[in-house]
Amino acid sequence: MAPTPLTELRTAPHVRRDISVERIMRNVVLALLPLLAFSFWQYGLSVLALTVVVTGTCLATERFFNWMSGSASTLPDWSATITGLLLALVLPPSFPLWMGAVAAFVSIALGKALFGGLGHNVFNPALVGRAFVQAAFPVSITTFVPAYLPGRFSGFIPSTFTLPLMTPPDISGWVKTRLLDGMSQATPLARWKFDNQLTGLEDFLSGAATASVGETSALLILTCGLYLAARRFMDWRIPVAVLGSTALVAWAFNLAVPDRYPTPEFVLLSGGLMLGAVFMATDMATSPVTPLGVWIYGAVIGVVTVMIRYFGGLTEGVMYAILLGNALAPLIDQWTQPRVFGARRRGRAGEKPS
Amino acid sequence: MGNMERDEMATRRASGGWLSLPFSLPFRRKTLAPADALNLLKQVSLRRTKSFAHGVHPEGNKSTAGTPIRRLPFAPRMTLPILQHIGKPAVPTVQVGQEVVRGQLIARADGFMSVPLHAPADGVVEAIEPRPTAQGTWVDSIVIRVYEGSVQELCWGSPRDMDAQTPEEIVQAVWDAGLVGLGGAAFPSHVKLSPPKDQPIHTLVVNGCECEPYLTCDHRMMLELTDDLLAGIGYAMRAVGATRAVIGVEDNKLDAVAAIRHALPADGSISVEAVPTKYPQGAEKMLIHSVLGLDVPPGRRASEFGVVVNNVGTLAMMGRLLPQGHGLSERVVTVTGPGIARPGDYWVPIGTPMRHVLAWAGAPDVTEREIILGGPMMGQAVASLDVPVTKGVSGILVFDGRHVQAEENRTAKPCIKCGECLKACPMGLNPSMLGMLAGKADYETMGAEYHLGDCFECGCCTFVCPSNIPLVQQFRVAKAVLRKRAGARAMA
Repeated sequence: MAPTPLTELRTAPHVRRDISVERIMRNVVLALLPLLAFSFWQYGLSVLALTVVVTGTCLATERFFNWMSGSASTLPDWSATITGLLLALVLPPSFPLWMGAVAAFVSIALGKALFGGLGHNVFNPALVGRAFVQAAFPVSITTFVPAYLPGRFSGFIPSTFTLPLMTPPDISGWVKTRLLDGMSQATPLARWKFDNQLTGLEDFLSGAATASVGETSALLILTCGLYLAARRFMDWRIPVAVLGSTALVAWAFNLAVPDRYPTPEFVLLSGGLMLGAVFMATDMATSPVTPLGVWIYGAVIGVVTVMIRYFGGLTEGVMYAILLGNALAPLIDQWTQPRVFGARRRGRAGEKPS
Repeated sequence: MGNMERDEMATRRASGGWLSLPFSLPFRRKTLAPADALNLLKQVSLRRTKSFAHGVHPEGNKSTAGTPIRRLPFAPRMTLPILQHIGKPAVPTVQVGQEVVRGQLIARADGFMSVPLHAPADGVVEAIEPRPTAQGTWVDSIVIRVYEGSVQELCWGSPRDMDAQTPEEIVQAVWDAGLVGLGGAAFPSHVKLSPPKDQPIHTLVVNGCECEPYLTCDHRMMLELTDDLLAGIGYAMRAVGATRAVIGVEDNKLDAVAAIRHALPADGSISVEAVPTKYPQGAEKMLIHSVLGLDVPPGRRASEFGVVVNNVGTLAMMGRLLPQGHGLSERVVTVTGPGIARPGDYWVPIGTPMRHVLAWAGAPDVTEREIILGGPMMGQAVASLDVPVTKGVSGILVFDGRHVQAEENRTAKPCIKCGECLKACPMGLNPSMLGMLAGKADYETMGAEYHLGDCFECGCCTFVCPSNIPLVQQFRVAKAVLRKRAGARAMA
């Protein structure tokens, strides 16, 4: 008898769906590229420099921690790239590059590597970095330049190349020399909060409203989000829950005191809500997995966002709302375990068929 | 409703509803009468709500569905393990050197949870000794050297008048035939047909889903053994006292639905339903949900709700064997996969060595290829080609080296909590959480708080996991450990 040939022994299932972490992440990166391109068109070279520095620092930090822990490089899974791109999108275009590098380092180091890397992190890494620089550099993170400034492709915003550990120069004078009529340096939320001025809908949709790098065009963000949701690389329920609950609460406030509180459209389109709802809150590792949990998580983020905006000292609340949601996610998961097939809601036995 | 109309209905249901109408044009009428449109709408909406939630859609790969079942010649030697079913091993009734005739009883059942064995061919018993089986264990096996010129006609056995049989006699006849669940579980059929006396059965659910990719043996049997199948359903109904039977067939096998509809008895006791093609539609609780709308709660049995489920292959063999008094000595096996030159469904005598089947079906060089017994979702890899085809083998699947290499290159990454496994799990479990607990070897929590016991190992979670985490594999380990601990506690 011939010797028994060697056969590879494996346990079922022997076929897999054509899906991988890399593929999901690659598609998220793909969906973020239009936002960056649009932002480049609006703000020019400074945005490009900021994106390159922030993303580069994220990748370098990730690789450094791989090396420290003696594990294989995790750069090919694209997750550090996503963190870098997302972080760049939530910083002001005039943000000094060295501060961006600090934010990127903190994102990966404190937000991800210390928890054990991809999948183990509790908070969205990009938002951890953003929260750090919000506290560390309160002036720079709230200094904005208007979009579509002339000469944006031929030079940088003066604050971009601030030397490390130096205070960036005041750019308001520089902006004034190029400012077109009717453009403001303040974000719509700040103008509403401090001056009680509402920004028009068309400014939001065209991206003319002042904002962080990637927060200007709600339409573009939604389109990119739709692509991801349609290809099942993103949970559509989270943005729907966040935006839905935000709109609902804002609508109720607006109904009660129309003079004091803005319309739901304004609340939805202003600030980082759209970007946060579509790209930040949907981060898989830091959001709940249970069917009911996802809705609760989204609703919490929406409600907290409105509360911070209306009653907090800050003009924007999306970042802290999402971080709070991240912190609650494991608890929400625990409370909302899915119902096992055939189990009755109130513990009744199954019914006989008719 | 005439048969023509029924077929037309079936075809319409297969077309996938409204949306696919312009592309496949399933019926050649120019206009759609309002009543028809309403009917169609009803069916479409019925289909939507009928199936169980979640599940996955693997590639069908059922290329062998169109080829009739062929016969396999006898191998020179047959190996029959005395344990091919769930339960106690059979007891050999033949001695070494004894001549046997195809269909002759060669091992008797040892107690109720055991089934007899029958000789697959004329020959002489060469040995009764431990031989390797596909499960990896060595089991006492009856080895028969087949006489050249042994014919495939079954001569052993005495015909019975099935109409005169009492339910008890039918169960006994099923037992004597050595029938087990041919879908892969190999659970003794007579036990399944003997539900507890305090649980009256009203419905027999017949599983014609064949939701595993690649497999087509049930499909071919429904087409070619339709009358045997309906006869077998009738016997099973009488055995359990069911007043009706529902055959659930996935809607990728509409020709089988049509064939069965043509042959249905006039009294309306048996019906056939097309259910959506989705894995694991053929799982007992899923199918009961899909065809009856009944959810069997966790930890309960279908028979407590008056339902018994049987596989079409088992019932077709029941209808074929019982009137003749034959024993189960051959079965239909799908031999397919990228590594097979002549894929198809074959009548394979029980005990035929895998090597013989593969040689015949055209797998010239099987070294380093992956051979799966059963379907790719729940089947089992075999280490040796010298193991025999047993009663529970529904398919032999040969992958090629490329597929094996791709599988080997998979490395598990940490869970990114994408939640795909929750969307896939037909039992509504949380495989993500279970996987994390398995990583910490916290099996007790898995069992006590996360319903590990309700997992029936369909493999959907592993199938969808983008991180390549071997979830269902971990759950099998966890369940085995828990069983062992429970056993140890019971001993103490």
